[in-house]
Parts: sequence; structure tokens; C-alpha cells
Amino acid sequence: MPRYVLRRLSQAVLVMLLVVIGSFFLVKMAPGDLVDVLAGNSDMTADQMASLRVRYGLDQPVLVQLFIYMSRLVMLDFGYSPLNAAPVLDVIMGRWPVTAILVVSSVVISMTVGTVLGVISARNAGNPIDLSISILMLVLYATPSFVIAICFILFFSVFLGAMPIAGFATVGTQATGFAYAWDVVKHLAMPVAALCTFYVAIYGRIGRASMLEVLKLDYVRTARAKGLPERRVIYVHALRNALLPLVTMAGLQVSALVGGAVLIETIFGLPGMGRTAFDAVFERDTNLLLGVLFISSLSVVVVNFVIDLLYMALDPRVELA
Amino acid sequence: MKKQLFQLDRRTFMAGLATSVALPGAIGLSAGSAFAEAQTPKRGGTLTTVAWPGTTYMNAAITTSGPESFLSPKFFDGLLGYDFGMVEKPALATEWSIAEDGKRVTFKLRPGVKWHDGEAFTSKDVAFTFMEVLKVHHGRGRSLFADLQAVETPDDLTAVFVLGKPAPAMLKALDGRESPILPAHIYAGTNIMENPANTKPIGTGAFRLASYERGASVVMERNPDYWDEGKPYLDRIILQYIPDASTRTAMLEAGQADIVFLNFLPALDTLRLAAMPDFELVEAGYETSASNQQMDFNLEREIFKDARVRHAIAHAIDRQWIVDNVWHGFGVAGASPLHHDQRAFYTTEGVPQYALDLAKAEALLDEAGHPRGANGVRFELTIDPTPYGDESLTAAEYIREQFRQIGIQLNIRTQDYAVFIKRCWTDRDFDLCLYTAAMGADPTIGVQRFYWSKNFKPGVAFSNGSSYSNPEVDALLEASQVELDPDKRREQFAKFQQIAMTDLPTLPVVHTTRATIGWQKVKDHTVDALGSLGNLANCWIDG
Repeated sequence: MPRYVLRRLSQAVLVMLLVVIGSFFLVKMAPGDLVDVLAGNSDMTADQMASLRVRYGLDQPVLVQLFIYMSRLVMLDFGYSPLNAAPVLDVIMGRWPVTAILVVSSVVISMTVGTVLGVISARNAGNPIDLSISILMLVLYATPSFVIAICFILFFSVFLGAMPIAGFATVGTQATGFAYAWDVVKHLAMPVAALCTFYVAIYGRIGRASMLEVLKLDYVRTARAKGLPERRVIYVHALRNALLPLVTMAGLQVSALVGGAVLIETIFGLPGMGRTAFDAVFERDTNLLLGVLFISSLSVVVVNFVIDLLYMALDPRVELA
Repeated sequence: MKKQLFQLDRRTFMAGLATSVALPGAIGLSAGSAFAEAQTPKRGGTLTTVAWPGTTYMNAAITTSGPESFLSPKFFDGLLGYDFGMVEKPALATEWSIAEDGKRVTFKLRPGVKWHDGEAFTSKDVAFTFMEVLKVHHGRGRSLFADLQAVETPDDLTAVFVLGKPAPAMLKALDGRESPILPAHIYAGTNIMENPANTKPIGTGAFRLASYERGASVVMERNPDYWDEGKPYLDRIILQYIPDASTRTAMLEAGQADIVFLNFLPALDTLRLAAMPDFELVEAGYETSASNQQMDFNLEREIFKDARVRHAIAHAIDRQWIVDNVWHGFGVAGASPLHHDQRAFYTTEGVPQYALDLAKAEALLDEAGHPRGANGVRFELTIDPTPYGDESLTAAEYIREQFRQIGIQLNIRTQDYAVFIKRCWTDRDFDLCLYTAAMGADPTIGVQRFYWSKNFKPGVAFSNGSSYSNPEVDALLEASQVELDPDKRREQFAKFQQIAMTDLPTLPVVHTTRATIGWQKVKDHTVDALGSLGNLANCWIDG
């Protein structure tokens, strides 16, 4: 186990290095820099632009810039984001919780709902219940999440006037404790639901297939022969084995959502990591972009590590080495 | 497409009458509001509005960027305010006088004004702000106050501006958006650009900062010690930053936002909501941010050195079509390098206009020695529309079709904002460049930069991009910078408009108009030339 952790750790460092260096060069390859963007937003003289380039180190050769950035990063100094007038770490710390809650709740909800639907489907394989669930899955799978998001807004907020449209919580209230939590739940219900739909379908399809496969296995027949109640056979004996591919999917979902929920964050006005990275690209805010990518890849690496541990817990035959 | 766009509300209209200034485009008044009873403002309530993008700073003394322009006047006052027609009115200064030679301007300051932290406001703050901040760090201030040699402070409530030459445009740029007064006791002796107060503002303004979530929201609360007794009426203003325009529309429609300023809704949504009885559309109050959509010809390109080619192109583009179909009526067909909100100077009298006339355009091109080739094409050009908003791209698509009819093949090149700025003003690697830019409260501030040969400065965005140079224009622009007699100044600008439209280095496409759309219950948000770019101290909520 310690050897495994060590190996994973060194892999993680390599992955993050590649992510940071790769994106650094991608941003630098794009024409125009941060100062061009600043100058386009606000009148500036050539002198002022030159002095800003010196201040942000943009006058240096690209490789020197990379070296300076990396040597700061080693000290966990992410630098300064001029367009936010704040250190990159402060900006990310403000946005990280939004993304964390969004990702965790949509993974938990979509996995639970998807698995349950998949199991029900598998148990009723071939009959009308299975068919109607399958049709539902197909619709959820085929509808882009942003379309669902817009439909939610039009129906629940504009037509019914029941749900808050944008933001993480009501702005300017001093609510605390349960009232605040409820406020956040109300604000995140629609974005989380919109993020879930596609994945509910994925989990449902995978869950159904994997359940059908497991149900044919000998040990399930044994369990039934022992006279165990069907509920126990399905949810304890069979499901545990059927869960393995679903857990793999959860790992992928986390990776996809950490930086990839841009559309949903944009539509619901949620200042999350995806939107931050998106804006940073167009503003050529290299420090901020690399900071976001660094933290995102770090969390993806951590989540994948946790998932490996989960495998082991679910199936003792899996060894981490 | 005929739409009733100019539904001015009663207050705006009466305020306009009161200052004896006719509002341009006031072609229809909604009968319902025009005869409503006068209402007494009610105190209290929260005004919620939405915008995008998020702000970097909270004051507009160190940047001319849009988000700061909206926020700054809520926290900071200027020396002056402006009634409709850019007529000066008191703010931090109660009286002002200009010496005979125009080189000394004396401001009497309002007594008893306190900064948000309780310190007293004095002439020291004024001197510090102009000499150390606006002259140094403000994009337009650097040129506007270039001849400001000193601000004398004979006593705490008198500030005397000492100028190298007269600066008539300066008096139009002293509001809390263009020249906010910063507290010397917070900023003096610090690195101004990096002072923490840039995001924790301490001003004299009607509102104080209550909370700020970077990139998400700003909450402003009423300043109970505001010098304008009894104002502001609102308890709070909440500004949420919402990136998606359709979401902003949904928020206004669902009542989760009360009002949207500065065209932050898509034009079609604005029109749809304006047609509903609960909403009110106001197009006044944007005089300090009047913008033109314009197209620069790169005069360094051989083909554009012939004025006939530029004229032919102007004849091929129906600007009214662009107003109607691209801007959905929120604008006026381009007819002058100025903007019609610059009422004192804008004119079309004797100014050449280029009506849609494809036959004439073709004749001019033939005459200029560009006959159609075997495939019907005379020559090929590329246009770079700004990626800021979609209006320029859509207009470029229309222009491509028009060009096709006169035998010019036009390629549209799209790119992101950083590339666009660099290409057009640094690399100068373009034929035609189409964008929208602010014309300023005075032509000297906003228009001159595009036509003055001394402002041909590659590397500087929104400078003289066509590389236009005409000594006569230079002389007129330079004379108008120092001309104190308003009539003479008007003549200088009239002549300038005639020459600029004859030479046509830049084609004015649309004089855009801006819209505020809000629920009827939001009252008095637009009471002067500054509108929502003022302090909203008069704004109140009915109900």
C-alpha cells in the first residue's frame, strides 16, 4: 500500500506538470496578451502598456516566463490576477466551494437515481416498465443539459415564479444556519438537476447492463437457492458487484464536471471553476488559468485515488500495487 | 420595421423641458405615463440589477473600463453633475467660474461633506485626485488634463485649476463617472493602482459598499450621512454579475431583477418586455457614454488611398438597414463622426451623406480603375468585426452581401478580443475594421482620437486606426481644444464634420442609443444626462 501511494503520488505530480506546462504554451501560442485585453477595455498609452508588460513579466521570453511561473508554483505562489485585482489563490478559494458542491451533489444524485433506475430496469428486463425507463433514459441522454436548464428556468422561475434563477445564494441576506442551507439548496436545485440528467441516463444504462450480467452468475443463483428474500439478493449480493463499472463512471464524471460545467455555470450565473477558466482564456489571464487548471487537476487526481480505494472496498480481490 | 422605441417617461420628459433642452428622437410619448400624477418618492427598498462582466476595481479614477463606470458614481461624487443636454449642475462643487483667459477655473466646494470613514472632504482631496490620479492613471484624463499645471488650494473649500491653455472640454468631464474624487488620506503616498481601497471604496457618494463577491455580486447600502439631505431613497442596490444574456432577461421577467441598464438585455428581449404593460423602456440618460459603430479604412492600403473607393463603399452600405435589423432600432443611421447626443456640436448641415446607391458605387469603382474581372469580381477585401457583442459581426455579414453586388469580394475574419485589438491597432494587419466606441461627453474627449494625425499611435487601442492625416482637420481639432467661445467651437466642429465626411477615413455606421428596461415600479432612475451612470440617489421603488 505505501508503495502504491508513492507511485500514484509521483504520477500525480507528472500529470499536473504536464497540464500546467501544456496549457502555459497553449495560452502563449494565442496571439495577444493580457495587456492587449486591458488596453482594449480601458484607454491606455503605449508607455503605459509597456510598463504593464514589465510589471506582469510579459516582456520576458516565453521560456523565462515559464521558469519564473514554475519556480513560484513550487512555493505554492499562484501569482496575481490583474483582472480580478486579487491574488489567484483568493479568486480560486472564492469559486472552489461553488464547484465542489455542484460536482459532489450532482455525482451523488445522478449515481443514486441512475443506479436505482438501472436496477429496476434490469429486474423488469423486457417488460413495459423496462421499456418506459429505457425511453426516459434515451430522452435524458439525448437532450443537451443547457436546453434542460433553459426549460427549467422558463417553467419554474418565469412561469411559476418559484425558483431563484441565478447565483449561489440570495445576495445580500444575512441568513445563517438552516435558513442559509435551504437558500443554497433552492439556488442549486436547478443547476444540479440540469447537470444530472445526462449522467442519470449513463448510470442507468450501465447499471442495467451490469446488473443483468451479474444476475446470471452462479453466486446469485446460490443466494436465491438459500431462500434469501429477493430484495436482499438484488441490493446486497448482486448490486455490490454490479457497482464496479458505475464507480469508474463516477470518476470520469467528477473529472468532466470540475472544469467542464461551463455552460451550466454560465446559464445560472454561478461563478465556478469552469467559467473562471473560460474567462481567463479570453482575458489571457495566464496566472488565473493555470491556477484553476492546477487545482482542478489536483482534485481530479485525488478523486481518482479515492475511487481506487473504493474499488478495493467493494471488491477485495482488487489489489492496489 | 417601424417600432415605437422612444417611449420617454413623464419624468424624463418634464426634466427635459425644465432645462429647455429638446430630447432628440422624442417622437412618441406613451399616453399612460405622460399624464400621470406627480408622485412623492418613498424611502426604503432594495433595487436589484444585473450586468456583465464583473468589475476589477470599484472606482473609475484609475480605469475607463465599463464595469467601473457604472459602480464608481454610486460610491464617489464628482465636482459636477449634468442635466439633460450636458448642462453643468452642482455636486461636490457648488459654484464654479472660469477666468477671462480660460486658464484659471475656480471651484467653491460644498461644506460639511464627509468621506464614508468620517473624515472631512476638503480641497486637498480635489488637488490630489486630479494631479496624482486622474492625470497619471486615467486613460482619458491623461490627455484631457495634460495642460492642468496645478490645483491651488487657498482654503479647504476652494480649488483653483491652473491651466497651461484653456480647456473647454474639461467642464464636461467632472462627474463621478469620468472624474471621481478620491480621498487623499487613503491614497496619498501609496501605490495608487494597488491600493486595497480600489476594491473597498471610501468615497463621498450616496452609497457605501456593503459586500462584494468577486465576479458574482456587489451590494451597496445607503449612505445615511450623504450631503444631499434625504437622499438616496433606496436602502440598498444589489448588482449581480450574470454572464448569459437570456438569464438576465429571465431574471427581469421573473421579478428577480428590477431593472436592467446599459443594454444588458438582448435588443429583441428588450422590445418584447417593453411591449408589456408592467415594464418601461427609457432611452435617455446615456449622454456621457454615447457610442458609434464605425468602420475604419486602413489608409495604408494602396486601394483605400483613392477617396472614390471609400465613397463607393459608403454608397453600398444602407446604414438605416443596419439600424433596423442589426440594432433592432436602437440607433440612428451614421451621418457624422460625432454622436447625436453631443447636441451642442452634432450637425448634418453641409455634411456629405452617402445614400444607398449601388449604381453610383459601381460607377465610382469603375472610375477609380477597378473594373469587374472575368468572374465579376473587382477586388477582394477582408473585414475584422469586433467580437465585442454580435452587432459588428452581423453588420459585417450584411456588408458582405452588399459588396458582392458591386463586385467586391469581402472575407469576414473572426477572432477573440485580444487578437482583434492587436491586429487592428498594433499589427495594423487589416483592410476594414468594424467596432463600436465611445464618443465621449465632448468631441475633444471621444471623437478627436480617431481623426487627429498626432493620435496615429500603433499599439494604442482605439486610436487613429485609419492612419488619417489632414492638416486642416488637425488645426480645427487643436483649435477646438482651447476655444472658449461656444459659437466658435460649434463652427470648428461643423467644419470638422464636413471635412471628415468628405475624406471619409472612417465610416460612421450607426449612432447607437442605449436602453434601460425595468419594472414600472422603479421610478426616477433617469433624471439627468448621467442616468444610471450617475448615483441613482433619486431612484425609488413604488410599492
